[in-house]
Amino acid sequence: MEIKGTELFVKALIEEGVDTLFGYPGGQAIDLFDALYDQDQIEVVLPRHEQALIHAADGYARSTGKVGVCLVTSGPGATNLVTGIATANYDSVPLVCFTGQVPQNLMGNDAFQEVDIVGVTRGICKYAVTVRDREELPRIIKEAFFIAQTGRPGPVVIDLPKDIQQAMGTDAYPTTVNIRGYKPNEAVHMRQIKKAFQLLQEAKKPLFLVGGGVNIADANALMEQLVDKTQVPIITTIMGKGAVDTLHPLYLGNIGIHGSYAANHAVTECDLLFSIGTRFNDRITGKTSEFAKHATIVHIDVDAASISKNVAVDVPIVADAKVALEALLSVVDKKQEAQKEAEECKKWKERVLYWKKKYPIHMQTQEGLTPEKVILALNKRYKDAIVTTDVGQNQLWTTQYLDLNANKKLLTSGGLGTMGYGLPAAMGAQFGNPDKKVIAISGDGGFQMNIQEMATAVVYELPLLLIVFNNGYLGNVRQWQELYFNKRYSSTCLRWRKSCERNCMDASKECPKYTPDFVQLAESYDAKGIRITEESQIEEALAFADANTKGPTIVEVIIDPTLNVWPMVPAGNTLDQMIMDC
Amino acid sequence: MKTTKRWVSLYVENQVGVLAKISGLFSGKSYNLQSLTVGETEDPTVSRMTIGMLSDDLTFEQIKKQLNRCVEVIKVVDFTDAATLMKEILYIKVNCCSLADKEEIFRIAQVFKLDVVDYRGETLVVECVKNDDENNEVIALFNRTFPNRIEVVRGGNVAIERA
Repeated sequence: MEIKGTELFVKALIEEGVDTLFGYPGGQAIDLFDALYDQDQIEVVLPRHEQALIHAADGYARSTGKVGVCLVTSGPGATNLVTGIATANYDSVPLVCFTGQVPQNLMGNDAFQEVDIVGVTRGICKYAVTVRDREELPRIIKEAFFIAQTGRPGPVVIDLPKDIQQAMGTDAYPTTVNIRGYKPNEAVHMRQIKKAFQLLQEAKKPLFLVGGGVNIADANALMEQLVDKTQVPIITTIMGKGAVDTLHPLYLGNIGIHGSYAANHAVTECDLLFSIGTRFNDRITGKTSEFAKHATIVHIDVDAASISKNVAVDVPIVADAKVALEALLSVVDKKQEAQKEAEECKKWKERVLYWKKKYPIHMQTQEGLTPEKVILALNKRYKDAIVTTDVGQNQLWTTQYLDLNANKKLLTSGGLGTMGYGLPAAMGAQFGNPDKKVIAISGDGGFQMNIQEMATAVVYELPLLLIVFNNGYLGNVRQWQELYFNKRYSSTCLRWRKSCERNCMDASKECPKYTPDFVQLAESYDAKGIRITEESQIEEALAFADANTKGPTIVEVIIDPTLNVWPMVPAGNTLDQMIMDC
Repeated sequence: MKTTKRWVSLYVENQVGVLAKISGLFSGKSYNLQSLTVGETEDPTVSRMTIGMLSDDLTFEQIKKQLNRCVEVIKVVDFTDAATLMKEILYIKVNCCSLADKEEIFRIAQVFKLDVVDYRGETLVVECVKNDDENNEVIALFNRTFPNRIEVVRGGNVAIERA
């Protein structure tokens, strides 16, 4: 039977098991939205801005492991996705983004709302394609879902010209995929695994370094088993946090420029760095020539191009983290000697655990209301939660203090570092996990980048807990200005008004009133809001938020603008040259 | 690390945008692309590219991996040290030729086995099909002999493994 392109589109989504679609209509997507009107298998969510829309799809995908689906119109609808596509690409999030396009006979003519979105996104997505033949539509959609979620996951863009949407054609949706240029690696090289395991056994100072790959592959339980069986200490990247329970006795914390003393020193001193699912980003390596200088490096990653890109490794293993960990565990199980701990390993373990105990991460200030205290309160109060962050100090504090385990997940824009991610990602996570507590931790800067989504959270009755750390500054940049730019706070004060001195050096009590008033803002959106200024109000504020089960609650936490994120490795330094605090 | 000339033969899907994707990969990642040719193969759904680049060993490994990562790339073959046949077409137009210049051009053509393929008044066109390095030498020779009077166009290299 012949059906319209739009009908095939809906059929394809249903076949792919899509239950939620994040969409914003427009002239070149109106036919697709019309086709979605008649079905009830897919919930169509209407956010208030396309950038937030794609972050919501991203939060949905990260929190459920399913593909996030976006549908927007051509031109501005499509270009508003760009930041979100790059965000998902960096953090390996499976998305399929459908963009409407002007009809093919107008393409290239600078038609109204025409943008070459495939050209624009070419360098920031896993795959992008314009459908030019109605008969190819089913195959292209099938391939898009396959490409997005296999191998190293990532975003795929499908550009749909209006004439393709309207054209009649086949109703058959393929069940199999065969792309000759794309064959994701499903196996693992056993000899390499055995070699890696042998190194692990022989090492005197072994260390696991785990990145986001383990979380993405849902291999956390296996990772914990491996740590338990081998008794090797483990550190994670920000994206890898939660790979094992953060309260695990052998977990030393995050590595990197704001990592823990124990993690950064362990990586500097270890003789075997056994890394899984990380790409050795510059935020974790410090000066690369000095990174893990004494170590033999094993690197397991699903993406061959991530191996030896930034740091040369000795044993490369291209494999999905889950497959590799299963293989490793099968080897570990066979070797009883694995249980037996060498004297040197014991000493190493004692050394790193001494560091962990001696130099825990705490804020320099213990007085008054601090982000640390708020996050510790969240740890205590919520046993089953998904936490999203924005980018900046709020994100760094969260990754330092938040506890994660099998029941808790952290969603954060680690690679691209996208401000404005927190609120919409939390919405997406709540759509995918209606029964979980979803918390967004933002700063006053990032929260305003997608503040319009308060409306979406209200109309869909999402009971989000929105923590806004308000220091009146773009705090992370302010911190750098304080430390490296002679306290010249150029364009970082959010209290600044035209009546202020142009080059104001610091905030004081006389500064103009902060705008917006987040509590009144919440109320004007028909949401709830509460502002706290004292430590003693934390529990009360969280209880206030929990009582609001029919919509979002903003908890504005007024914090000292001078609070900085410590410890810190200054740019260009080696990881063990940390400033613990100033 | 030492930077040297490398060659890759790339099998890609013969689709809209693939050339932009591959060339964009080089510019986006700051790889040093020197020459790129593309054309359809015996199978009309497949195009083949011959790409010449300058890089060190580490970057070259990364380039090959990044190329392999593209969904549209079917196969990446390293031609750097492979036994290949490789040629590039080159046209040199020489303007304002005196009689002596013309005689010189024919002598050069004879020695270097070039073809004079067009001749109108004071202008001659020479065609040359050689490898990359030899073509560089021919251009240098013409530049020295007929400074500011030549016009050069090169086709880029195509290469295939020897039988």
